[in-house]
Formats: sequence, C-alpha cells, structure tokens
Amino acid sequence: MRSGVDWRLLLFSWIALPAALVGALLVGAVMMAAFGADPINGYRALVQGAFGSSYALGATAVKAAPLLLVAVGICIAFRANVFNIGGEGQIAMGGLASAATALAFPNLPSVILIPLVLLAGAAGGAAWGAIPGAFKAYFNVNEILSTIMLNLVAVQLMNFLLAGPMVDKSAFSTGGLIPETRLLSPNSWLPILVPGTQLHLGVLVAVIVAFAVYFLLWRTSFGFRIRAVGLSIPAATYAGMPVKRTVTLAMTLSGAMCGLAGALLVFGSLSHRLVTDGSLTGFTGSAGFNGIVVALFGGLNPIYAIVSAFLFGGLVVGGNSLQVATGVPSDLVTTLIGLAVVFIVSLEYLRHRARSRALALAHVAPAGAGTPGTPPATLVDGGSA
Amino acid sequence: MSQFFTQAILTATVASGIALATPFLLASLGETIGQRSGVINLGLDGIMLLSAFTSYYVALNTGNLGLAVLSGVGVGFLMGIATAFISVTLKAEQGISGIGVYLFGLGLSDLLFVKLVGTPLPIASLPAFRIPVLADIPILGPMLFQQTLLVYFAFLLVPVVTFILDRTTYGMKIKAAGENPAAADSLGVSVARIRWSAVLIGCSMAGLAGTSLLLYDGIFQQNLTQSEGFIAVALVYFGAWTAVGVMGGSLLYGLVAAVVLAWKALGIIPLSASDLAATAPAVLTVLALLWVGRRFRQPAVLGKPYERGE
Repeated sequence: MRSGVDWRLLLFSWIALPAALVGALLVGAVMMAAFGADPINGYRALVQGAFGSSYALGATAVKAAPLLLVAVGICIAFRANVFNIGGEGQIAMGGLASAATALAFPNLPSVILIPLVLLAGAAGGAAWGAIPGAFKAYFNVNEILSTIMLNLVAVQLMNFLLAGPMVDKSAFSTGGLIPETRLLSPNSWLPILVPGTQLHLGVLVAVIVAFAVYFLLWRTSFGFRIRAVGLSIPAATYAGMPVKRTVTLAMTLSGAMCGLAGALLVFGSLSHRLVTDGSLTGFTGSAGFNGIVVALFGGLNPIYAIVSAFLFGGLVVGGNSLQVATGVPSDLVTTLIGLAVVFIVSLEYLRHRARSRALALAHVAPAGAGTPGTPPATLVDGGSA
Repeated sequence: MSQFFTQAILTATVASGIALATPFLLASLGETIGQRSGVINLGLDGIMLLSAFTSYYVALNTGNLGLAVLSGVGVGFLMGIATAFISVTLKAEQGISGIGVYLFGLGLSDLLFVKLVGTPLPIASLPAFRIPVLADIPILGPMLFQQTLLVYFAFLLVPVVTFILDRTTYGMKIKAAGENPAAADSLGVSVARIRWSAVLIGCSMAGLAGTSLLLYDGIFQQNLTQSEGFIAVALVYFGAWTAVGVMGGSLLYGLVAAVVLAWKALGIIPLSASDLAATAPAVLTVLALLWVGRRFRQPAVLGKPYERGE
C-alpha cells in the first residue's frame, strides 16, 4: 500500500460530470447525423451563436442569469435535502408579482422601482415556495408532488390574470385581447450595462446573489443548519435545531430565488411585458427545470453554478444558431439537457461510490500499518453508505 | 346556468369526462404499480409525449389505429427499459432523473414532430364501441357504454390491478420490495427484478396513456400532454396507492375538465374565469395531499434505491 488514494477512482469521480455533458452532446451529434445534418457544422454554429461575439456573449449571459438564480435556489433546497421541482411555478408567480408591482407604481423613479419590482418578484416566488416547504415540514406532504401541483395552479393563475385583471386592454387583435400586460413603465426596465448588447443589470444581480448565497450556506449559522438538516434530520434534531422551520425557510428562500428569476425574465425581456402563450414554458423557457441541471452540474455549489449557468445558457442560445445552420429544430437542446440530467444522476451513484472508496482506502492505509492486511473496501464502504 | 342542467348536456359532459379521465387513469394505474415497488417515475409525462407522437406518426403513415396503439405501448416499454436501468440498476436519484427523462421526451417528441411531420394533419379517431344492450339504457347508456375500447380497457384494469396487488404472489413481492426490500431479499425475492418488471409495466401503461390522449384529440402538437403525466404521479398519492382511489382521482380530473369545457362552450363562465376554474383540481389535489400525508403512509422506501447489506 504505497499510496493510500486510488487515483483511478478519484479521477473518475472528477471527470464524471464533464463526461455526462460530453456524452449528451455525442448523442446529439448522432441525432443530427440521423437527420442528415453535419454535427460538426451544427456544434460550430452553436458555439459561435453562444460565445462567438460580444452580442452573443451578452445574449448568453442574459439567458444564464435566470438559470443561475434558479440553480442557486435549487442548491439551497437540495442542501436541505428538499427537492424543489416547482421552479417553473415560482418563476411565474415572481413574474406576476413583479409585473403587478410595476403596473401599480409606474411613476416611481428607477432607483426605487427597480429594487422594488425585484423584491416583489422574490416575494412572489417565496410565497409559492413557502407553501410546499411548510406542507413538507409540518404535514409530511411530499414536496415533489406539491411543487408540481403548484406549478399547475400557477400557470392557470397566470392565464387568468393575463386574460382579465392584468391584461393590456388597448391592444385588440383578431382573436380578442392578447394575453399580455401593457408595456411596463420604462422606469422598471433593467438598464443595459454594455451598450450594443443585451447585457442588463439582472446579470450582475444574479452573480451577486450567487456569492451571497454561497456565503449564507457556508459562513452563517443558518446555512449550517440548512446543511445539517439536509445531511441528517435525526442528528439535527438531537443537536436542538429547529428542523421544521429550517426546511420551511430553505424552500421559501429557494422559491424567492426562482421568483427573482421570474422578475428578470419580465424586466430584462426585449418586449418589457409579461406575455403568456398559455403554458408555463412559454414564459419560463423551462428555466425552472433547466436550473436543476445547472445546479447539479455545478455540484450544488452556487459559485460553480455561475460557470455552469453560463455554459447551459450558451447551449440554449446557441440552439437557435444550430437550427439556422442545420435545420435541426432547437428542441434538440431540450432533449440534450434532459439526457445530461439523466447521465449526471446516473453517474452520480458510481461517482459517489468511486470517491468514497478512493478516500476510504486513503483513510484506512495508515491505520492498517500495524495490522495484517487492510479491511476490504466494501466493509468500509458499508458504514458510510 | 339552466341550459347546463339539461339531460342531453349533462349526459354528454359525463361521457366526455370519463373519456378525458382515461389517460390519467392508465398512467396513474401503471405508476401505482411502480410506486408500490418503491420506484417513483417523474418521467411519465415525457414518456406519454413520446408515445403519443409515435402513435400519431404511425397512424398518419399507415392509417392503422391498432398498429398506432401497439407502437405507443412499445415506445413506453422501451422508455421503461431506460427508466428501470437508470432508477434500479444505476440507483440514480429518482426525483431528478425523472425530470431528465421528462425534458428528453418533451424535446425529442417536438423535434421529431417538426422534422418528420411539419404540417399537422388530423388522424382518424378511435370509433366508439357501443356495448350491446347496455348502450341502450337511457342516460346511463350514452354516459358509460358508448365509449372507445381504450376507455373500457382502462377501467377494466382497475379491478385487475387491485387483484394483482392484493391477491397474487407477484403483488405481494411488489409490495415487499416497496416496504421492506431487505426482508424480501432475505427471502430470496430479487428486489431488482421485481422493480424492473413493475417499472416496465408502469411505463408501458404510460405509453398507452399517451396514445389514448392522442387518439382522443386526433392530432399531435407540441407538449400535447400539458403536464398530465405529472398529474398522474400526484394522483397516485391522491388515491393513496390503491387502484380504486386512483380511479376516483382520475374521474375527478376528467369530470372537472369536462364541466369547465362545457361551461366555456355554453358561455356560463367568461373565457378568462375558466382558467381560474381549471385550477380547482390542482388545488383540491394539494389539499388531498395534506390529508393523505396524515392519514396514509407511502411505501416505506419509495424513491430509495435498494442496496444490499445496508
């Protein structure tokens, strides 16, 4: 036993995540080829469209900002071992709350109105996250299901509000009123940071929030409680932590992040209206689901999620260029993101096992110096699983 | 409101409610079997979409509805192999892998639709099958016995699934795998094999659910299911993991949808408020989850992969 660490296993634990993405992209290449398109050409167009110019980079950053916020929210919830599948609904509620605020106070100056609408978005999402959080903590309701059902309630609420109370009554079309708000007050628009691109203030906000949440999770006692509850509820209870309140707050905070993402989608949009096509994805662009893969790819760490969000934002933006270049619909990107999720979680088990084995061996080696032979890795593994 | 309470309209509403409940019922019955064995499948909606598209494509090109149904079930089975491999063999986190499968199905079904079909054309819908004698009973006949074969099949599966789960060895093994896999394992039951089979059955039924939805609509479109697969997962909780309970939940969804549609058509509620009315089943389900969470216990190891020697 020269070196305690099994480097091959540890290496595997590191390359598993990139391998999942590469694997998904390879499948994408096969699919493009099956449609008679040149995969190299397609991916070149995708990279060019996502990262090839300052305009493209700006568009990617703007796409990445809501993904990052959702991912940060997912990090908080998952660290508390709560699955927040309700990002889509929380984004919608955040968008609605922020748009309603802008409609109610159109004449406030930008310095007040912009923070106000962002806070309103966060509050709307927080409310929609608090419900499943409290249900989970106090009534033992499976949060996966309650968040899914609340997604459905949110989309109908959005359709209702954009067909009646919040609709733009001035714009008639042939089919009746268009389901959208009127043009929101220019005072509420997120200012463009770099002229000639779409890069707006929301991107900066998202990055700052990511750092803040990292600090919260790893440098505050509240963050410690979240992670402790996530690791072991009995241990956290034994330590006297308010487990139920922590779970509720984690989901509330997670919802707030998604709600903030919804506000960015409204006030950072080109139309500066809240528009629905009758489905949730029409407004969210599936950010509530895509944020999950961003968070996973970032190892449930808000800082890594910044990089991860930029990568997946680029994938979404570049998908349109890919469609133009090859004629393969940009739905391909949704398909590939789905595959990436599956690959990541499938490899996660193997990765986890490889890592714990690699480190377990390292741990055992010095102790085993005086004893004949080291215990089999599985024996050590059994205790940690 | 009075024009709604006529015999003809009420009968037609109940009949269409039963037809609308069928995809929910098929998907959630299959999911009940899977969840009883300890596997939760959130990819249901994606599987339904892929099956619906496949059935649509087959029906469009062959005109053979029987073949369309078979291909839909076949795609469900294939997705079942993938799901079981991910959830059971690779022991992935099911709450997340299911979302991956959903996104995969959502993207791929639309990708194929845009690429292979382009302009959507309607297909022949499944003909109603009048059950002799019963179909002629006044009121009840048009409500219950003039449906398509898929509807009868779905409702016949309710006693079948109940029987399998409660009265057969296979059902006992499924429940053992979901309640105490270590004990089942020690008695020589292969937990992995039982879960594989349960997932395969569940996904095949999800495929049939997608097909039945397509045949009801008669045409495919992007995101045809509108999250019906997710609702089906919730209905399993709603029905407290029993076939009869799941049927009740499916009927609730189908009937509310039918009533809202009828009211919209009759102009009883304004178009905008119909969206609000359509939230009723979802709100009810959340409240039902509260009740189920207190009153019933989910399968003990639901969503947890089984590892020997833990």
